[in-house]
Amino acid sequence: MSNTRQSAGYSAWRAPVLFAILAILFVLEGTVRNSMFSGSWNTSLAILNMGLLSAITALGVNMQWGYAGLFNVGVVGFLALGGLAPVLVSLPPVEGAWQAGGSRLLAALAVGVGVLAIAKMVWTRTRSGLAITAILIAGFVAYRYLFDPAVIAIEANNPSRHGNIGGLGLPVLLSWLVGGLFAAVAAWAIGKVALGLRSDYLAIATLGIGEIIVAVMKNEDWLARGVKNITSIPRPVAYEVDLQNNSDFIGFAQSWGFQAAEASGIWVKLSYMTLFLVLLLVLILLAELALKSPWGRMMRAIRDNETAAEAMGKDVTRRHLQVFILGSAVIGIAGAMMVTLDGLLTPTSYNPLRYTFLIWVMVIVGGSGNNWGAVLGAVTIWFLWIKVEVWGPALIGLLTAAMPDGPMKLHLLDSAPHMRFIAMGLVLLLVLRFAPRGLLPEK
Amino acid sequence: MDILNALVVFLNFVFIPAAAYGAQLALGALGVTLIYGILRFSNFAHGDTMAFGTAVVILVTWGLQSLGITLGPLPTALLALPFGIAATAVLVLATDRAVYRFYRVKKAAPIILVMASVGVMFVMNGLTRLLIGVSEYRFDDGARFIINVRDFRDWTGLPEGLALRSTQALTLVVAVIVVAALFWFLNRTKSGKAMRAYSDNEDLALLSGIDPERVVRLTWIIAASLATIAGTLYGLDKSFKAFNYFQILLPIFAAAIVGGLGSPLGAIAGGFLVAFSEVAVTYPWVKVVGYIAPGYEPGGLMQLLGTEYKFAVSFVILIVVLLFRPTGLFRGKSV
Amino acid sequence: MSDSNSSFGNRGNRDASVVNMKGMGTIDGTRRSGPVGAGRAGDPFLIGEGMTGGYGKGADILHDCTIAVEKGQIAVIVGPNGAGKSTAMKAIFGMLNLRQGSVRLNGQDITALNPQDRVKAGMGFVPQVNNIFPSMTVEENLEMGAFIRNDDIRQTMQQVYELFPAVAEKRRQAAGELSGGQRQQVAVGRALMTQPSVLMLDEPTAGVSPIVMDELFDRIIAIARGGLPVLMVEQNAQQAMNIADKAYVLVQGANAHTGTGAELMANDEVRRTFLGG
Repeated sequence: MSNTRQSAGYSAWRAPVLFAILAILFVLEGTVRNSMFSGSWNTSLAILNMGLLSAITALGVNMQWGYAGLFNVGVVGFLALGGLAPVLVSLPPVEGAWQAGGSRLLAALAVGVGVLAIAKMVWTRTRSGLAITAILIAGFVAYRYLFDPAVIAIEANNPSRHGNIGGLGLPVLLSWLVGGLFAAVAAWAIGKVALGLRSDYLAIATLGIGEIIVAVMKNEDWLARGVKNITSIPRPVAYEVDLQNNSDFIGFAQSWGFQAAEASGIWVKLSYMTLFLVLLLVLILLAELALKSPWGRMMRAIRDNETAAEAMGKDVTRRHLQVFILGSAVIGIAGAMMVTLDGLLTPTSYNPLRYTFLIWVMVIVGGSGNNWGAVLGAVTIWFLWIKVEVWGPALIGLLTAAMPDGPMKLHLLDSAPHMRFIAMGLVLLLVLRFAPRGLLPEK
Repeated sequence: MDILNALVVFLNFVFIPAAAYGAQLALGALGVTLIYGILRFSNFAHGDTMAFGTAVVILVTWGLQSLGITLGPLPTALLALPFGIAATAVLVLATDRAVYRFYRVKKAAPIILVMASVGVMFVMNGLTRLLIGVSEYRFDDGARFIINVRDFRDWTGLPEGLALRSTQALTLVVAVIVVAALFWFLNRTKSGKAMRAYSDNEDLALLSGIDPERVVRLTWIIAASLATIAGTLYGLDKSFKAFNYFQILLPIFAAAIVGGLGSPLGAIAGGFLVAFSEVAVTYPWVKVVGYIAPGYEPGGLMQLLGTEYKFAVSFVILIVVLLFRPTGLFRGKSV
Repeated sequence: MSDSNSSFGNRGNRDASVVNMKGMGTIDGTRRSGPVGAGRAGDPFLIGEGMTGGYGKGADILHDCTIAVEKGQIAVIVGPNGAGKSTAMKAIFGMLNLRQGSVRLNGQDITALNPQDRVKAGMGFVPQVNNIFPSMTVEENLEMGAFIRNDDIRQTMQQVYELFPAVAEKRRQAAGELSGGQRQQVAVGRALMTQPSVLMLDEPTAGVSPIVMDELFDRIIAIARGGLPVLMVEQNAQQAMNIADKAYVLVQGANAHTGTGAELMANDEVRRTFLGG
């Protein structure tokens, strides 16, 4: 009909060529030093690693959006929740924290969940608003009675260094799975409510829960020290310092022509990259298998024609809930991996623009419904997001070179890093306009 | 039992702040609901539209102040408001022409407009940052208080004081005028009725001779005005920080949905419901209880939730309302 | 269907917190009208002659189909399901692409006009479904019908209320809250508000009870006897032919039989095929 029509089928070479171009960009970033590229393998790999984690996140979103058409605007919340897992699982236990209020805390949480369950049960049986209100109020009082002293006790325990409940000292790789589990449980709760309504209100529900999860992590100091942050989360890979003190490694680095300091950074990042790549490929494999299974075919049938699927007796809400939980679990895993990569948990850094909407740009640019598209979109957009911050000022510097020095020029140069927001918005708008199916359309 | 003092405390810490905040939310939600009713999508860029409009108002305010022009006891920002509205209207109309119109003409499913609004949100966010940066600004000048605590105490002889900030009073007065004007426009004028007709049934509106593009332009202009006014009032009352305007999107959406998306009356009701619940749930009631039941010594502050969790309140209200009334409080009567 | 429409498939369209599918339009409002030509001598008041065409770029649905109405008469289009009855009416109203044929109204060739401009040229059209503004009051519905008029509409509104006393009582109620038959009356009233020179009804009695149907037919006859030509598509062939001055039986998008209602009722083949004996 017009210039936006993309053929349903596209060249089999399209994906390999696009991925090759992306690879070249990373190689250029690693080797060429000019105004556009840093020429540092450390920078290049750092971008790639975060790009791979974004890819896993995008994969989770793509499962929800691409397979089932669910619009999740609370990605940031699931990422943050996943990020809690390494802290609670793999950090060494805090001395005295459990004794101070651990059992009381667990009791409080059990009471909280129990009250909600009872309320739900009573509601389905009696439909009495009065009874529910009474149960909820009583439950809330009981919960606060148990909860508040426990929190005060835990937070009073060595507050300058800890003041939190501490971890279990288990391997950090295990915490990635736990992160997925956390997110899945949250997704189950939200999905149960928001998908069960007469028409979905998933977007607003996820938007809300995303904000709430981040607020909880900022303010519940007993959980992960809130805004005081958690540092030194254990790593699944070697530490730079250890490598630099290892004579074998120094020799190995020199044989490749690198200084030990630089090489140790590259080595660590390569190790992470390998881990992330393996996990990404496994997840894609699982996702593709699921999509080609009878379950996946039914998902797509439901997405394309809900009424017909419902008429055929398919439980649409149930299927939607399943895929919402699975996608959120993948996002949670990515969240745990991000915290592990950074080695620290900073709740204030969970900004929805960066962790929800940028992920959406990645999914749409990559191609709704195509897992490889999600990966391509994620890594590409992440590369741009990082590099535009560098290119923006360079561009403004070039444009304003002829301008006389003054407050205007200063203001423009100062604000140049903000160009990345405009750039990302424009990328999304251009893709929506000219290639709405994304770089790698769904087959 | 000391009802009078309890009442003063209640008015001072709960009623007045919640009323002002509710008016700001209502104005924001009205914009969202109009766009939803007429352009048929939830505009994720609305918070950033508010931020952009307010940023322009602040810049013009500074300009006016440097020229020595002020409004006496009223904030200079009121004088700058028309400029902010004009600039925002031009921006959203240009956005519509460049982005949304393309999909509208093709009768694309509204979800693509939602996605486009995410792109627009990024661009507007960047524009606001370019324009004014990310710092926090206070741009309220003029008189601080209409009633201040000490005068109130002297005047009534009560130990509790009551403060009415001029920005709070201004918010309420402006909101009442704006809402009255909007309802008059929608229900009494031919153009307003045309907007409601278009919202109800696009095809029939077209066949009745209503120009769809004119309806859409009008909607954008009204939404831009509402966004700028809401943003400026919010900024005057609290302070301006671009990121806060992005965060306010959640209570605004919650208000619009609680009231019933597409219903202006619902947007107002939703705005006040969300604001009052937020303030009431996060307010430490110990002082009020102390006056009502003098003998009773509660252990804590009697605060149901910390103020950090005010977003949770809008969310819970949203869920509760949707569970019992899936179409919101005011259904049927769409824009 | 355009690409940006299908690009996301059906994704996201279920989520009521982000999209509003209610009242969405289907007519392309941006199509511009071409010039108005001269009619032909001896034309009926409204005629769609030799119409061939279909929706968009799709296959032809109409094949050399001709429909006409004379002043003061009722013409009905009947035929089996899928015969293209509604399509023929929409073709006359300019809602599909005619590859051949022309539409002439009151001595003018209006083939190149878009639907909006046909309304201005004097056509009053009542679609089969979605033919009212549900959240607006009955009175506002009528006002919107008269949107293109700049003169005093009170007299026309009074006439509509006299024609449909049942809805006159409910003039302050939202039209969406009325019963099915009353909604159809509002829809017809809305179309009358432009003071059209011809009234076109697409299955006005679809989904209403027999009693209401008879009443609606009475009103339609009253309108026609008042001098306003009526063209309508009807599912209930028997009743339609009873009141028709002229009836067109369509089969597969082409004229199969044409005549006065009485003639066709007397025609054995028509009776056997369409009237159930």
